[in-house]
Amino acid sequence: MAEAAAAPRTMSGARGAVLQEYGVYLAVAVLIVFNLAFTANFWSAANLRTQLVQAAPVVIVAVGMALVIGTEGIDLSVGAVMALVAALIPLYLGYGVAAAFAVALVAGALSGLLSGTLVAVLGVQPIVATLALLVGLRGLGLVIAHGQLVDVHDAALLDLGSGALLGIPVIVWFAAGAAASAGLLVGRTTFGRQLVAVGGNRSAAALSGLPVRRILITVYVLCGVLAALAGVLATARLRAGDPADTGQLMELSAITAVVVGGTPLTGGRVRVPGTVAGALLMQLVRATLIKHDLPDSTAQMVQAALIVVAVYTARERSTR
Amino acid sequence: MPVVLDVENVSKGFPGVRALDRVSLGLRSGRAHGLVGENGAGKSTLIKVLTGVYRPDSGVVRLGGTETAFTGPADAQRAGISTIHQEVDLIPLMSVARNVFLGREPRNRFGLIDGAALNAAAAELLARYGVRADVRRPLGGYGLGTQQMVALARAMSFDARVVVMDEPTSSLEPREVATLFEVVDRLKEDGVAVCYVSHRMDELYRLCDDVTVLRDGRRVHTGELAGLKRVDLVALMLGRDSGELRAHGATAFSGEHHADGEPVLRASGLVSRPRVAGVSVEVRPGEVVGLAGLLGSGRSETARAIAGSAPRQAGSVEVAGTRVAGGPGAAIRAGVSMLAEDRKADGIIPNLSIRENIVLAALPRLSRGGVVSRARQDRVVATFMTRLRIKASSAEQKVGELSGGNQQKVLLARALCLEPKVLLLDEPTRGIDVGAKAEVQALIDELAGQGLGVLLISSDTEELIEGADRLVVLRDGTVSGQVPPGRVTEAALLAALAAEEPDVSEDPDVAQDPDVPEEADRG
Amino acid sequence: MVSEPLSEPASPPSGSAPGTDPGSRAARFRAREARRLLAASVLQRQGAAVVLVLLCVYAWIAYPHFGTGDNLRDLALQSSFLAVVALGMTFVIITGGIDLSVGSVYALGGVLAAYGARGGFFGALLLPLAVCGTLGVVQGLIIARTGMAPFIVTLAGMLFARGLLLAITHEGAETYKIGAGAVFLNLGRGTWFGIGHPVWFTLALSGAGALTLRRTRFGQALFAIGGSESSARLMGLPVARDKVVVYGLSATLAGFAGAMTAAYVQSGVTVIGVGTELDAIAAVVIGGTLLAGGAGTVLGTLVGVLLRNVIQNIINQIGTLDSNYQSVVSGGFLLVVVVAQRWLTTRRVRS
Repeated sequence: MAEAAAAPRTMSGARGAVLQEYGVYLAVAVLIVFNLAFTANFWSAANLRTQLVQAAPVVIVAVGMALVIGTEGIDLSVGAVMALVAALIPLYLGYGVAAAFAVALVAGALSGLLSGTLVAVLGVQPIVATLALLVGLRGLGLVIAHGQLVDVHDAALLDLGSGALLGIPVIVWFAAGAAASAGLLVGRTTFGRQLVAVGGNRSAAALSGLPVRRILITVYVLCGVLAALAGVLATARLRAGDPADTGQLMELSAITAVVVGGTPLTGGRVRVPGTVAGALLMQLVRATLIKHDLPDSTAQMVQAALIVVAVYTARERSTR
Repeated sequence: MPVVLDVENVSKGFPGVRALDRVSLGLRSGRAHGLVGENGAGKSTLIKVLTGVYRPDSGVVRLGGTETAFTGPADAQRAGISTIHQEVDLIPLMSVARNVFLGREPRNRFGLIDGAALNAAAAELLARYGVRADVRRPLGGYGLGTQQMVALARAMSFDARVVVMDEPTSSLEPREVATLFEVVDRLKEDGVAVCYVSHRMDELYRLCDDVTVLRDGRRVHTGELAGLKRVDLVALMLGRDSGELRAHGATAFSGEHHADGEPVLRASGLVSRPRVAGVSVEVRPGEVVGLAGLLGSGRSETARAIAGSAPRQAGSVEVAGTRVAGGPGAAIRAGVSMLAEDRKADGIIPNLSIRENIVLAALPRLSRGGVVSRARQDRVVATFMTRLRIKASSAEQKVGELSGGNQQKVLLARALCLEPKVLLLDEPTRGIDVGAKAEVQALIDELAGQGLGVLLISSDTEELIEGADRLVVLRDGTVSGQVPPGRVTEAALLAALAAEEPDVSEDPDVAQDPDVPEEADRG
Repeated sequence: MVSEPLSEPASPPSGSAPGTDPGSRAARFRAREARRLLAASVLQRQGAAVVLVLLCVYAWIAYPHFGTGDNLRDLALQSSFLAVVALGMTFVIITGGIDLSVGSVYALGGVLAAYGARGGFFGALLLPLAVCGTLGVVQGLIIARTGMAPFIVTLAGMLFARGLLLAITHEGAETYKIGAGAVFLNLGRGTWFGIGHPVWFTLALSGAGALTLRRTRFGQALFAIGGSESSARLMGLPVARDKVVVYGLSATLAGFAGAMTAAYVQSGVTVIGVGTELDAIAAVVIGGTLLAGGAGTVLGTLVGVLLRNVIQNIINQIGTLDSNYQSVVSGGFLLVVVVAQRWLTTRRVRS
C-alpha cells in the first residue's frame, strides 16, 4: 500500500533528511572552519585541550541520557547524582581511590535502579520519577557534606582530573571510552538493539517476548553510573567535593546535547556519535562567541534558538 | 423526506492508503441510515468527514442542500451535527455534569459558571435517558455503559438535526441498549436524521430504514434495508456478492492439507476479559484452522490470549502436550508465534531496518555472549528475504519505508525466524495489495504443508474458506459453531455468521420500564 | 457524597447477554470497592494538607518560636514568591504541559522591575509583565503551532530568558537598585494589617486562579485538554488558543513574582531563580495535581508550597539540623506522592 509513501521522495525531502542526519556534524565542521579562519590561537594544542576538557563531562552524562531517551524516557537526576558523588568521594577517599570510585559508581547505580524501577515496574512517568531524585539527591549530598566544599588531596584522584595520557587529558579518555562503549552497546549487542526496539514500539517489543522491564531498569542504571563517573571526574578536576555546584543544570546540558545530536525525544533511536557532536557543538558555539567578544548572554540566547531549530528539523523528519 | 446532510463522491486518502474512494451518502430527515462494513472499510473516515474532523480530498459535503466545508468538529456541531463516537470521547477525570455541558456551561450574571444550575440541568437531562448517576462525581468512575449514555445525552442536548452514532452499543448493557433504541425512535419522530454504524444485524434491522455498505473505501450497496435479507447483507459486507459466486481461484490457496496426529495446540476454556468468555480450540500439525466471527466476536482476543499477550483469567494452553505459562516470552519459547492484527501498533518498529525487525525476537539466539553476530543475522535475513520475496533496496532499508505487503512479510519472517510449531495469523493480508496477498496466502499453504499448525483469522471470507481446513465460529466470546473439514463452504460460513441472536430489545419488561435503577458504579 | 451506589439492578432481561453480572453480591462488592476508591482518592487529594496540619501542630508544640507572629508572617511572606510561580505552573500542568522557563523568567522579571523602576511605579510593574508575558506567549505559540514538546521549548525558553537577563545586566555585572523612596517598593515591603503585600497578592491571585479554573469555560477547557486533548478537540474546544494563553499566563505570573521579589530586596538580583522551576513543579505535584494533566487544584499547590517552607522552617527551628534536609525530605515526599498517585490511578483504571 505504501509504495506511494516510499516513491515520491522529493528532492527537498531528501535534502531535509540529509540535513537531519548529518546536520550536527556539518554545524561542528562549519564552526571549526570558521574558527580556523577567524579565531586567533584556535588551532593551538592548549585551546583544543580546553575545549575537549570542558565538553567531556557533558559527553559522559549525555551518552547515558541518550540511552534513556532512546527508550522514550528522560533522566533529570543526573546532575543530582553528580552532586551526591561529589559529597561521597571525600568520605571514602581514605580507603583509597579505588574504593571511593567504587562507592561513587554504586551510588549512581542505586539511583538508576530506583528510578528505573519506578518507571518500568510502577509505571511512573520518567520525568516525575527522576525529578523527585533530582530534588532529593542533591539535598542528600549537601547534607552529607554539611553543605560545604571539601578539599581533596589524594594524588591519584587529582591525576584523574588534571593528568594526561599520550598528551590527551585523562578526562577526555574517559569521555571517549564512555562514548565508544555506548556506541558499541547500542550498535553491536543484543541489549542495545532491544533497547532501541523498546523505544521504537514498546507494544511490539513486548509481543516479541523482549524483557521490557529488565531493559528499562538496566538503561536507567547505566545512566546513573555514567553520571556518577562524571561526578568523580568533576570532583577530581575541581580538587574538591562540592555538592552545591557540581553537576548544576547538567541534566539540561545533557538533554540539549542529545536532542541537538538528532536523537528524538520520542524514542526508538539512539545516536551516540550525534550526541557527542551535539555536546561539542554547544561547547564550540559558546567558545566561539566568547572568543569573539560576544557576551555570555548572546551565547545563551543563540543556544536557545539552536535547540528549537534542531528539534524542529528532527520533528519534521520523524513525523513522516 | 428531505435530505439533511449528504456527501457526494467524497474521497479521502492518507499516506499509502485510500480510505474513501468516491463515496456518496445521503441522510434523510426522520430516517435512520445504517452504515456497515468490516474493519478498514472506511466507516470511521466517512463519519469523520461528516462531522468535520476531516476535510475530504475531493467531493462535496452538503448541508440542507447547500455546499459546506466544516472548519472543524466545533463548526459541524454548531451546524447541528452531533456525534457519538465508538470510544467514549469524554474526559474521564471531570464530573459527569461538566462533561455534559463542556464548552456550553450555564453562567450566572457575573459570567461565572453556575455550578448548581449546571448540576441540576445535567441531572434532569440524564434522567430523561434513564441514567441515574451522581452528576458531581468523575465520569471515569462509572461503567462504560453509563459513560456512553452520558455521551449520548451530551450529543442530544445540542438540538441536533443530524446525529451520527458510531457503534454506540458496543459497551452498553441490554437495558441501556433498550433506552438507546427509544432515543433513536424519538429522534426519528422529531425529524432528526440518524446515521447509525453497527455490525450487529439485530440492531440494524430494528432501527434502520436505509443502509449503505462500504468495502475497501468504496460504496458497494445502498438502499432500503427492509427488502434486504440478512444473509445478503452479510455477503455484501464481506465482499461475497451472492451474484458473483465464483467457485475457486480467487485466492492462492491450494486446498486441503493432510493434518494428522495429536493436536500441536490445545487451548481449552480460555477466558480473557472482557471479550473472551470460554473458548476452546485445537490445531493439529499441518492443519489450518480458521477462526471465524464478526467484528467484536472475540476472535483477535482469543489469539492474543493464546499468544500470552492478553491476560488469561481461566483456561489453559498446551503446545505439543506441554502447558504454557502466561506472557509472550513463554509462548514464544514453547513455539507459538503470532502475527498481530494491527501491523503499525503492535508489529513493525518503523525506525529499524528490515534486518533488525526480522531478527528482533530471535536476537538472543543469533548472538554470542550478548554480542550481535552480523554474519548469522545476515544469513537468516537473506534466507527469509528470498523465501518471502521481500522487495526492498536492501536488508538495511527502514521498515517504515516499505509497502504494507512487504511490512507484513517482514513480520511473517520475524515469526518464522523463531521456528514456531504454531502460527497465529490475525488478518495476515489486510490492507496489502493483491500480489502480496497471493504470496502470503501461498506461503501459509506451504507452511502448513511443512507441518506447522496454523490458526487463521480473516475478515476476508474467501481467504477463510479457501485457506482453512475447518472453521471454528465465535460469537460473543464463545464458540457458537464449527464447520468440519470438507464442509467449509461459503454458505456454511454465512449461515453460521448470520444466525439470529436472541433479541433483547423486544423484551417488553425492559422496553416499557425506563425507571430501572441505574447501576451507579463499577469503580 | 455518594453513600451507597444505587445498585441492585432490576431482574435482568431473560435473554441477558454474557458479561452482565446481575448478582447482588457482585453489586455489593462493587459498592465496597467504590467506597474504598473514594476514600483513597480523598486521602490522596488531602494527604498533603493532612501532613501540613500535623507538621504545623507538631512545630507549634515543639518549638516555641514557630507559633510566634513574626515567624508565621515571615513564613507566609517567604512562601508567597514561589506560590505565585507555582500558580502559573499549576495552570500549565493541568493542560498536560510543563514550563521549565519560569525560574529564569522569575529572575528576569526581578531585573526588569528594578531596571524599569527608573520609569516610576508603572515602568517597574509593566516592563516585567509585558516582556515576560511576551516570552510566554511565544513559547505557547511554538508549542501549539508546531506540536513540539513543551519540555524542549520551555527548556530553550529558560536559556533564552537567562541570556536576556545577562544582556540587560551587562553580563550580570550590574545589579540595578531601586531608590529607597520609590513607591514600587511597597509591592514587596509594604504591609496591610501587619501582613506583607506579597502575601495578599498571592491570596488574591490564587483566589482568582481557583475561580478561573473552576468557574469559567476557559478553566474547564484546560482540564479537558489535560484529560484528553483529542477529546477536547472533538468537542470543539479552542485547544491551541488556550495553550498559548496558559504559557503566557505562566510567564506573566513568574515575571510578577520576580517584580515582587525585586521590590522586597530593593534590587534586581541576577542570580536567583536557578532551580525555581523544579521547586514549583514539585510543589504542584505534591499538591495533588497530576503531572499527566487533567486534574489539580490551586489550593493543593498552595499546600505544596507551604509544606516545603514549613519543613524548611522547622529545620531552621531545630537549629542543629542541616538546612539541606529540606530538599531530602521534599524529594522523598514527592516520591511517595507520585507512587501513591500512580498506584491509585492504576487501581482506578483496572476496576
